[in-house]
Amino acid sequence: MKPSVAEIWTWLDEVPDPEIPVISVVDLGIVRHVAWDGDTLEVAVTPTYSGCPATRIISLDIETALHDRGIGDVHIETRISPPWTTDWLSEKGRAKLMDYGIAPPRAAGGPECCPRCKSTNVTRISQFGSTPCKAQWRCADCLEPFDYFKCI
Amino acid sequence: MSDDALFEFLCRMGDNTLVLGHRVSEWCGHAPVLEEDIALANTALDLIGQTQMWLGLAGEIEGKGRSADDLAMRRDVWDFRNILLVEQPNGDFGQTMMRQFLFDLWHLEMLKALSGSSHDRVAAIAAKSVKEVQYHVERSGDTVIGLGDGTSESHRRMQAALDLLWPYVGEMFVPDHIDAQMSEAGIAPDPGELRATYDARLAEVMTEATLTIPDSGFAHKGGKSGMRHSEHLGHMLTQMQWLQRAYPDATW
Ligand SMILES: [Zn+2]
Repeated sequence: MKPSVAEIWTWLDEVPDPEIPVISVVDLGIVRHVAWDGDTLEVAVTPTYSGCPATRIISLDIETALHDRGIGDVHIETRISPPWTTDWLSEKGRAKLMDYGIAPPRAAGGPECCPRCKSTNVTRISQFGSTPCKAQWRCADCLEPFDYFKCI
Repeated sequence: MSDDALFEFLCRMGDNTLVLGHRVSEWCGHAPVLEEDIALANTALDLIGQTQMWLGLAGEIEGKGRSADDLAMRRDVWDFRNILLVEQPNGDFGQTMMRQFLFDLWHLEMLKALSGSSHDRVAAIAAKSVKEVQYHVERSGDTVIGLGDGTSESHRRMQAALDLLWPYVGEMFVPDHIDAQMSEAGIAPDPGELRATYDARLAEVMTEATLTIPDSGFAHKGGKSGMRHSEHLGHMLTQMQWLQRAYPDATW
């Protein structure tokens, strides 16, 4: 018997993002569609940034995870429209990012507080960071630099 | 509108991002401070990612089985359709950032217009790219202001960069028969229509940067038509394409 789509979503929620492994590909909001087409499982994945080198790895990780669960026939489609937005990050994902030391995105364009000491006295170092999805900020109280997940 | 014209247009978009992306990547490991090195590498990465989408679609439209990689790595100078501005050498950091800002400002307006294209695939690529380019123009604009209104030395260098690159700005707005077909089909705007917004924003930033826009309408042309690239593109391609030239069909 074929596993249900709801069950497959829970499996995908166990596939970590390769660059920020505390959150899953589902938390990140990049899995856009899961459906059976006959005996083929159709999965649509959207890239975060168009040049993100992790995109191919993510598709491979999803395929491997589904194969491990016994689904042999998986078709992964890369879908760029509508474009990915940080609004698709799950609440669970946002909380995990904060615990991990990455300030989650905010519409205001900057972090709410330092993920370490929770001070709101923070300044931007650069719009760009260690991966395309992050910017570099610094806390003026504990003096630690930290990553901020850019809002796009 | 013919598929040939659409192919040309897509090559223009993809070659702009490819050539500029490669130029910016030349800074990797050489930028004045670590944060700038990372920012330049990220900008280059975005541009190369956008190239994959534009040239990937160009190859599909052409229908001869050429991939984005084939178009990027197996064409020579005369087949490139990027504007002359993006192939100009990096110069110093200030010159690189001035070139980036002059391009980003145009790129943002172009992508905004293309997000409403009558061609679904073109609109989708533009809508994806425009979010990234908003960050590019914010950063390059801030840097031009910071360095222009900085020390006397940084000001001198930024004014020299603007004077040097200004004659390459006009080409972005001069329409030709390809642009006419694109705008008639509702695929892309008439590039001339982008000029007013560009000039207004440019004037704001240059005023804040205490820099003077040269009083000349002269424009070097021939990049986007492929008729007259500057000598710099050929040299750049020998670097960018050396592996495919030395070992054709090599794969990872
Ligand atoms: Zn702190």
